[in-house]
Amino acid sequence: MSIYRFVVNGAETEVDVPGMRRLLDVLREDLALTGTKEGCGEGECGACTVLLDGAPVDACLVPICQADGADVRTVEGLAGPPGPPGPAPEATLDALQTAFLQTGGAQCGICTPGMLMSARAYLDAGGGPDEDAIRDAIAGNLCRCTGYTKIIDAIALAATPAATLATRERTGGTA
Amino acid sequence: MTTRTQSPGAIVIQPGTIVPGRARGVAPLRREGPAKLTGAAKYADDLVFPDAWYGLTIRSTDAHARFVALDLDPAFDWSRVVVVTAADIPGDNIVSSIKSDQPILVPVGGEIQHHAEGLALIAAPDKATLRAARDHLHARTEKLPAIFDPLESDHEFARYAVGSGDVDAALAAADLILEGEYRVGHQEQLYIENNAMIAVPRDDGGVTVHGSLQCPYYVHAALKRGLALSDEQAHVVQAETGGGFGGKEEFPSVIGLHAALLAGKAGRPVRMIYDRHEDLAATTKRHPAIVRHRTGVTLEGRLIAQDIEVIMDGGAYCTLTPVVLSRGALHAGGPYRCPNVRIRARATRTNTPPNGAFRGFGAPQTEFAAETHLNRIAEALGISPLEIRRRNVYVPGDTTPTGQVLRDSVAGEEVLERAAEASEFERLRTRLASARTGRVGSGTIPGSPLRTGVERVASGIGLALAWHGAGFTGSGEVHIGSVASLELTAAGEIRVLTASTEMGQGTKTIFPQLVSEALGVAYDDVEVADADTAFVPNSGPTVASRTAMVVGGLLVQAAGRLRTQVEAATGGRFADTYRDHAATYGPIRIDQRFEPYPGVPFDDATYTGDAYPAFGWAACVARVDVDLDTGEVHVRDVVAADDIGRVIHPVLAEGQVEGGTLQAVGYATVEEIKLRDGRYLNDRLATYIIPTALDAPRISTILVEAPFGSVPHGAKGVGELPMDVGAPAVIAAIADATGVWINDLPASPERILAAMADLPAVAGLRPGASEPATT
Amino acid sequence: MTVELPVVSPGSLREAYAAMAESPAARPIAGGTDLMVALTGELGEPPARIVDLWRLDELREISADGKELTIGALATYTQIRRSALCREHLPGLVEAAATIGAAQIQNRGTLGGNIANASPAGDTLPVLLAMDASFVLGSVRGERTVPATEFWPSYRRTALAPEELIVRIRIPLAGGQEVRYRKVGTRRAQAISKVVLALAWREVPGVPGWTNVRVALGSVGATPIRARATEDALQGRSPNPEAADLAAETLAGEIHPIDDVRSTAEYRRIVAARVLHRLIREAGGW
Repeated sequence: MSIYRFVVNGAETEVDVPGMRRLLDVLREDLALTGTKEGCGEGECGACTVLLDGAPVDACLVPICQADGADVRTVEGLAGPPGPPGPAPEATLDALQTAFLQTGGAQCGICTPGMLMSARAYLDAGGGPDEDAIRDAIAGNLCRCTGYTKIIDAIALAATPAATLATRERTGGTA
Repeated sequence: MTTRTQSPGAIVIQPGTIVPGRARGVAPLRREGPAKLTGAAKYADDLVFPDAWYGLTIRSTDAHARFVALDLDPAFDWSRVVVVTAADIPGDNIVSSIKSDQPILVPVGGEIQHHAEGLALIAAPDKATLRAARDHLHARTEKLPAIFDPLESDHEFARYAVGSGDVDAALAAADLILEGEYRVGHQEQLYIENNAMIAVPRDDGGVTVHGSLQCPYYVHAALKRGLALSDEQAHVVQAETGGGFGGKEEFPSVIGLHAALLAGKAGRPVRMIYDRHEDLAATTKRHPAIVRHRTGVTLEGRLIAQDIEVIMDGGAYCTLTPVVLSRGALHAGGPYRCPNVRIRARATRTNTPPNGAFRGFGAPQTEFAAETHLNRIAEALGISPLEIRRRNVYVPGDTTPTGQVLRDSVAGEEVLERAAEASEFERLRTRLASARTGRVGSGTIPGSPLRTGVERVASGIGLALAWHGAGFTGSGEVHIGSVASLELTAAGEIRVLTASTEMGQGTKTIFPQLVSEALGVAYDDVEVADADTAFVPNSGPTVASRTAMVVGGLLVQAAGRLRTQVEAATGGRFADTYRDHAATYGPIRIDQRFEPYPGVPFDDATYTGDAYPAFGWAACVARVDVDLDTGEVHVRDVVAADDIGRVIHPVLAEGQVEGGTLQAVGYATVEEIKLRDGRYLNDRLATYIIPTALDAPRISTILVEAPFGSVPHGAKGVGELPMDVGAPAVIAAIADATGVWINDLPASPERILAAMADLPAVAGLRPGASEPATT
Repeated sequence: MTVELPVVSPGSLREAYAAMAESPAARPIAGGTDLMVALTGELGEPPARIVDLWRLDELREISADGKELTIGALATYTQIRRSALCREHLPGLVEAAATIGAAQIQNRGTLGGNIANASPAGDTLPVLLAMDASFVLGSVRGERTVPATEFWPSYRRTALAPEELIVRIRIPLAGGQEVRYRKVGTRRAQAISKVVLALAWREVPGVPGWTNVRVALGSVGATPIRARATEDALQGRSPNPEAADLAAETLAGEIHPIDDVRSTAEYRRIVAARVLHRLIREAGGW
């Protein structure tokens, strides 16, 4: 057992665990951040995707000793702080999450956290609404429910500048 | 292109639009969407139970053997863990189901019937101890001879005969007879969340099971029987469920029983969370099938005789096999008018893990065969695949092989024309055919199969049509007598109470839509209770595309009754008066029980009558590129036109069509399971291949409405329909591109190359394959 | 089930060498994309101890000095794809890196890891063979260089001594070298190859035909291989239909693939030959 220190969703964090403990298990069990999911434990499905120093990785393949000193972002870190109780819970969702909600990009939701993190990295790196580029960006995230169609729609929507969307709405265009 | 009249009552909706009058304003966003998007939604493995232990299952490594003994190595301190065997089972050692032939655990001295069968259970306080216990435990077995080929098995789970007319006389008079044999292998549901259950002992001697599941009352019934519990003592709560597709229809009873037995013996909660390898190795798959067609047609391509044989591999235990076989048999002729039909179907036992429910439930298997066979007939006659379907598709007034007259909600023509039009089917087919003429591609060049041609890629387009009976077959719905309930609480909350589970298909969104519309209240004012057997009635399982049609229909009726009751009492509109009424007079609960739809009852003995209250209709056009060097297939575009009766929520309905279509594309192309000695070789996600976003085609969805008149909202169900039609469309497109028909799914590159170049037949590494592999 | 083994995370190469020398049963971990799968899935004998290399930034450098390009063993596939030096001098390797897994794997998987894993299906390995790469191995006893052609003696075995680490990959840079690459996988991403092939050659002014021909393959034998007879058949020839036919026939006769869960021997044989034929055809432009 050793002490490992890293930042999770902006918060300084410290755990005292065996070094080969998976980052996935540290997040889910030691830090109670169960948003990141385990779908296969083999690095094939991407359900455990988190951002490690900004890069999407499978948390099931990262031993915690290699996350020492790193910046980790999970799905719990995407949205803003919870708003006041009441209707319209989507007020706390970020633009990407809102796009998923509007297009129907989440069905059963189990792939969604990992998918959002891959999409987040793609958008942060300047990714645009190009369908082929989006498919490539999420190629490591398996989805069984959606056929990927509405996930791609969501990421393309989130990649489209608000000004362009507003113009589209005004002119009734569909580009 | 020939213009066709629209089927009466059919309306076509452009993808993504909201139809005025169907839903108030804009269709609402997914009810539980925000929780799923923030990571707040709690799936089974996210639930925390302090002091819970971890459980695992000791499984057979033999396909057929006598379970001689369970040896516990005395070097391990067994007081640190709990071990459960069949001897510990308080009730019947039976997983309750249709034939009750499957034990919860094989008893010592008993007979193991399949690889990965459960022999014993262990629970331990931590994973290291659990692993150590596992490594100190050994199951001693004596191998028995095993049957892996369903054609060689003499143990039948079910047999059906469906038919009308005189097939032999009609065949004798046919202009052309075409024969074909089609094979489909196993398919894994591959929900991204593995099976998971957590069992918590109750103070009353019962158990609460929290889990990933589709049918809370199936698990409830299994717990009652296996643990000898009362209705109250057996308590099942559905956690957020990460996909099911049928794979969590009956299997959760097994894992639920296992977790409950361990929790009972340990006296504390036990977590049974499968990893992917265990889930792939041990849980149910789609039934493999062999389907043989002998079809008589006129020179104009009209079907005059269909002689069809269906053999399904049920695996080691019966589970739902009779119902899968039944649906497969009833759909086996395809959605076509034919006066002389004989369908003989049987399902046999093999020493492989039991097969079970998977979206489509028998119909994808037999409709793959029917559609491919019809496409081959069209090719033989020189008729377009679109035209041959126009000549044969059911129209209102036609009679099916069970004698059902199709009166209401018939839209086969409509979906066919819409898909063909949107995909520009005939135009592209002609253009691709002329591109194919004179093409010299790898595998077709005389002199050497190794030589490449100028062109590397060949494109093709294919079409298929399907029907899918909505809801349960025959008298199934009457037998289960579903109940759906609405509650107006004293606090003025409106709650939907059903056992229908949300697993992504939108139950939690469409139920409040239907109820709020019927009550005249806002969507946000209707809540949906969790699927918890402590307070929801048994609405039947979340399967068979029945949730919107049957359970939704019951809710609409219940809402009508609630509205009438409150409005009669208050004299005012429900929306304005219900809260005050509740505060004054207390809660109201409306229970709505299923009543049979009007129609001819189905006779289970003769397999005649109305097999389904209504049918959904789907057409699919697929475009593929085939790499002529390697046989790799890229499905580029798919147009899917689906009649679902009434679109309650366009985005959710499209989502079902898109998801089902991709599963069908996977079924046709990359999803393959090979077996050796009754063990799946594809038992990790690295080797069970499903499409990634780079493999998936662009999918365009056209929703068509031919409302079903016997339910208040007209909806017929959407979940399974797209699964029936995608695979044969892809196979037809591959044939269009390459000239070869693949009759054995999946159309792997190995099979395509072998067919194109007359290479040695590819061994399927599964029962019935002609040449065993030589690894 | 996850297995949590003892691990040390040395901060320098010297410390890493010392850790490796201390326990011969230690296994190094780089990005973990192979080892973590094996540990979690309990595939094979678990090692007694893990030596975590992730802090060794000195193993991440990519540099060139005119005569050769050097890639640190810990360079990830993402790093290789983005490296201007690799894009200019090793387009075949960049192409191979792009076919591995998907973004998540490429961000963590390392070239050294691919080499050490010694899978016959390793996607970069045929490119390394085709480019006459050599590997610098280091330990407490110093460094030595082993050519790629001698590094994988048998199925999943390497030339590494128990205490050695792969430190750098050296690739000679000679003007005019061309490399072509093709991987045929089970799907378009996250795929293990059924056949993977790298073809390299040089055209020297004044010398007719191709020289320094290399044909290297994976997934058609117990190790990644050079198809020597096929190379001989192409040596000195120009890319034309006769050369392509001869090369394809020779290759089909030279390799001995097997049936496995992914594919068949016959498919691999024919597809490997056709892939080579196609690459020659494309180079020759007929």
